[in-house]
Amino acid sequence: MNDLTLMRKNLWRKPVRTTLLLISIMIAFLLFGVLVSFNVAITDVRTAPNRMVTLSKINFTESLPIAYYDRVLHTDGVLAATHMNWFGGYYQDPRRGFLAVFAVDPDSYLRVYRDDLHLTPQARETFLHERTALLVPRNIAERYGWRVGQHIPINSNIFTNGTNGGHVWDFTVAGIFETPDGNSQANSVLIRYDYFNDTITFGKDRIGWISFLTTSATVNDRVAHAIDARFANSQDETSTQDAAAFNRSFAAQLGNIALVVTLVVGAAFAAILLIVGTTMALAVRERTKEVGVLKTLGFSSGRVLRMVLGESMLLSLLGAALGLLAAAGVLYIFSRINGGGGGGGGLHLYPSVVGVSAAIALALGLVTGLLPALSAYRMNIIEALGRR
Amino acid sequence: MTDLIRLTDVEKTYTRGKEKIAIFERLSMHIPQGDFIAIMGPSGSGKTTLLNLLGGTDRVTRGQIEFDGKRIDKMNEGQLTNWRAQNVGFIFQFYNLMPILTAAQNVELPLLLTNLSQSKRRENVKTALNIVGLSDRARHKPREMSGGQQQRVAIARAIVADPKLLLCDEPTGDLDRTTADEVLGTLQLLNRDLGKTIVMVTHDAAAAKFAKRILHLDKGHFNEQELAA
Ligand SMILES: Nc1ncnc2c1ncn2[C@@H]1O[C@H](COP(=O)(O)OP(=O)(O)OP(=O)(O)O)[C@@H](O)[C@H]1O
Ligand SMILES: [Mg+2]
Repeated sequence: MNDLTLMRKNLWRKPVRTTLLLISIMIAFLLFGVLVSFNVAITDVRTAPNRMVTLSKINFTESLPIAYYDRVLHTDGVLAATHMNWFGGYYQDPRRGFLAVFAVDPDSYLRVYRDDLHLTPQARETFLHERTALLVPRNIAERYGWRVGQHIPINSNIFTNGTNGGHVWDFTVAGIFETPDGNSQANSVLIRYDYFNDTITFGKDRIGWISFLTTSATVNDRVAHAIDARFANSQDETSTQDAAAFNRSFAAQLGNIALVVTLVVGAAFAAILLIVGTTMALAVRERTKEVGVLKTLGFSSGRVLRMVLGESMLLSLLGAALGLLAAAGVLYIFSRINGGGGGGGGLHLYPSVVGVSAAIALALGLVTGLLPALSAYRMNIIEALGRR
Repeated sequence: MTDLIRLTDVEKTYTRGKEKIAIFERLSMHIPQGDFIAIMGPSGSGKTTLLNLLGGTDRVTRGQIEFDGKRIDKMNEGQLTNWRAQNVGFIFQFYNLMPILTAAQNVELPLLLTNLSQSKRRENVKTALNIVGLSDRARHKPREMSGGQQQRVAIARAIVADPKLLLCDEPTGDLDRTTADEVLGTLQLLNRDLGKTIVMVTHDAAAAKFAKRILHLDKGHFNEQELAA
């Protein structure tokens, strides 16, 4: 037996109470783990520092004239540029989940995103030359069971196909690609702009945004100013920024997720702070006499303090561990169901989230244990043992 | 016989609001090594207070307390705590065992304050439980034992670290006659065979007869009554 045995036994003195506490702590950390991981997945897309985007100043859903592409491409300091359109899409049934389908200019796209997709030479050739070619990331191909060469109909929830009057386009899978972990293109399904532009009934000759690389990140600001100044006071004013900043603002448009996360998780933690704090205080109070006995036997006040703190630490660390385990499970299920559709990379419990959780758990244990520990520390033996 | 404890002109007063209550004004006493004293006296006469002072869980207002030649009234909180762990065993009326621990674990508690190895600790626990005749109850929780058994576990806990002094505050106050006599017999054995110095507070004259001498505490003073050993 040692002090840890004592803490453990004290913790489980009232199993029902401890279980309830553990569950409430677990729920808070489950929420934290899942929501923060979502947030990280959406905002923490790794991009090269010299990657930039030009989009409409009004809103990222607003399109730009195709002519802008050439002008951006020929701006001083721009190394390579490509343009992209949001197609919006789903396969057969929207209930099976949405696809992030982008209409791109194959040649320039594959130049700008050269390092982001791992493509076979054959897939590359097909995409460059076949009008109805489709490039699909591995996780999505696996989810729908698509194979190279297969004909796939994809629906748009925005555009109408002028050739058939419906919302469906036919594609042929040209290749299945992989991306480095956490890559911005991880969930992108790619189709060709020319096919898209020739068949849509509205919005022709307009592009969603221009993605480009500068010669070096040091010229980013200058290039951004040059481009935005060039289109100032035109029909379509632009906003040019780092891709990283764009990703963040894109995430912000999805609803201020960070704020929601902070509020929900904050409320959950505030609640357990109160619940666990008062319960710990109560638990130690019930043990007043035992604290008095320990001190009589020669346990120092400091040691008693450490034992109470240790107990609350044990509780919150255990609860946090269970919560994170549950979060990992939930995230795994989400990523299976959704094919990671919610942004960069496979959704999972990030090590950074685990690290922050551990810190929160320690702080929680400390805060909830501090007052009871101090009261045990100060407890006077004679008063604790009580008078008859 | 050498004195284990020497109280000299001990004063103990409590202040309740503006009022000062003196429990002892000039209390002096000597307790030789190996003595077994029963302290009797009316309720409120200061018996528990005296035990608290002897055991270092309370402080004198004035005066000296020497234990084995050391001034415990001069020790700071930390020193006193260590001193208690090494030199004093406490036995309470209501046993005060930890409900979550088994008998053996309760007895082991004071050994957590020593540097003894796990195996040595286990051995000492076994010996202590043996002395009080409870070897077969080592794995029982307090609520699975009778009052007398619980008190014997408490005695084992009090002696496991081999202190010189045992302080008992009405150790049989909650027990029937037969069980009380068994517990008192155990105390007597500890005194006689192991040389423990025992100071026991009791209201029960029959219990007091187990001691070597009886002191009556009244109005802050002692009257001694010798017993035939
Ligand atoms: N912390 C305290 N504050 C104020 N008065 C106290 C305090 N502790 C003890 N007293 C007073 O000191 C006196 C002696 O108390 P003590 O508990 O020592 O008596 P006792 O002889 O053990 O009595 P009993 O036989 O009822 O146990 C009592 O009058 C009590 O009210
Ligand atoms: Mg008393």
